[in-house]
Amino acid sequence: MTEIAVPTGQVGAAAAAVEARGAAMTFNAGRPNEVIALAPIDLTVAPGELVSLIGPSGCGKSTLLRLIANLLEPTDGSLLINGKPASQARLDGDYGMAFQQAGLFDWRTVSRNIELPLEIKGWDRARRRARALEMLELVRLCDFADHHPWELSGGMQQRVAIARALSFEPKLLLMDEPFGALDEMTREHMQTELGRIRAATGAAVIFVTHSIPEAVFLSDRVAVMSARPGHIEAVIDVALGERTELTRGDPLFFKHVTEVREALRAGHGVGGGMEDR
Amino acid sequence: MTRQRILAMFWPVLFGAVFLGLWETFVVTRDIKPYLLPKPSAIWGQFHGNFTLIRKSTRVTATNAFIGLFLGVAGGALVALVANRFRLLRELVMPLAISVAAVPIIVLVAIFNNLFSITSEVPRRLMVTLIVFFVVFLNVSKGLTQSDPTQLELMRSYGASQSTIIRKVRVPNALAYLFIALRQVAPLAVVTAFVSEYFGGTQNGLGARITQSIASSRDAAGWAYVLAACILGLVFFGVAIAIECVVAPRRSRRLS
Repeated sequence: MTEIAVPTGQVGAAAAAVEARGAAMTFNAGRPNEVIALAPIDLTVAPGELVSLIGPSGCGKSTLLRLIANLLEPTDGSLLINGKPASQARLDGDYGMAFQQAGLFDWRTVSRNIELPLEIKGWDRARRRARALEMLELVRLCDFADHHPWELSGGMQQRVAIARALSFEPKLLLMDEPFGALDEMTREHMQTELGRIRAATGAAVIFVTHSIPEAVFLSDRVAVMSARPGHIEAVIDVALGERTELTRGDPLFFKHVTEVREALRAGHGVGGGMEDR
Repeated sequence: MTRQRILAMFWPVLFGAVFLGLWETFVVTRDIKPYLLPKPSAIWGQFHGNFTLIRKSTRVTATNAFIGLFLGVAGGALVALVANRFRLLRELVMPLAISVAAVPIIVLVAIFNNLFSITSEVPRRLMVTLIVFFVVFLNVSKGLTQSDPTQLELMRSYGASQSTIIRKVRVPNALAYLFIALRQVAPLAVVTAFVSEYFGGTQNGLGARITQSIASSRDAAGWAYVLAACILGLVFFGVAIAIECVVAPRRSRRLS
């Protein structure tokens, strides 16, 4: 269990984007197939901060993300999103989500995909369309508003998914290995894009990944997780300043990569299961 | 039509032409008796000469097939939708639907014939409805339950209600499966309507005319009716594909 302090300057200025207090998850509690997916977790994410969750398969990083998203109810502890209970935050549209699969609806055009959450939240047609076009501008896909998802490349689809997640201006973006299915070149491009989008929207991000360099490149802090039961092993501050393509060659960048890798090894003896890219 | 599409059609058309030519030559040179195998030219002659009667009989079979198809598709889709909401109904209909696929239920027509008046077209239409119903029911049920888990999670993250999820995710997804079913049941409806005529009732459809022609040794005429039945089946299939292309062009690419 690791306590992560909120930077003192932020307290009182705004509620933390995420505040987990002893949040734990046990599947099939009391039955023979009981699995403790997450030991009690304490985690605070400041507004506008990007925190990566990294760890081997089965360390509960996706479970933690689903607890924050209120797609799962914690079996113990509490979760506050923007100072509200997670269930209320979900209904209020306080966060947007993106997954490894873009999850676009192929019977809808790109623009209508982005409009879907707005439809559910009861926006009128003209306002939805206007917002969708704004979001497409943000992810640089203006020319594709009326295309269908299957006409787009994987990276473009993922950008649409991010645009959709941000369409209702949530203060928090939850991402579950969103670039995991992309090729290396596209992946690096998307990482840079995410940095730019984040600067434009000011949203806090929780980013689940398997890739150490990706976590280091994107994050303000990297939470290294271990399995059996899932818990946060260490939290590493990444002080790289503004990220550019040059950052990838920065000696400090490699120092942080090494730091994360060592924390992962400490967590479960070997560095197995992690991607070194 | 583009050059490519003409080229794509070239080989099948050539094959058909060569096949008919060989058939004609074979019958003529080997002096095959017409009751064994008539010449294509004789069949075409009969088709042309009997066109009014063929058209009338085709209309009877086509009407039966269409009404049954329409009711079966509508009923199958509707019941699948309701059964998706109510578990008990699903558990009642599903085993029936699966077993129907393994049993030659077409013989039920004989029983339907006894239930209705001798001049009624209802038994055939009912038979087509039944067969179409179960195929559509199975496919649409599958489409309703097999939604992308990512899409379902997204909908929950938006705080969408169950009925919104059904409307925005499950139904559009099931629509793709409905079109797959339609491609299958459109020709199947014709076959069922056609075969149903062999089990008695009014003798005015294509199936009945074939039996009559063969029985009175008018073999080429019998084959002309077979030709009409083939054309009818193809028309139904073609219309099903056309509807799919108009309503959902992208789905055919994704799933076929």
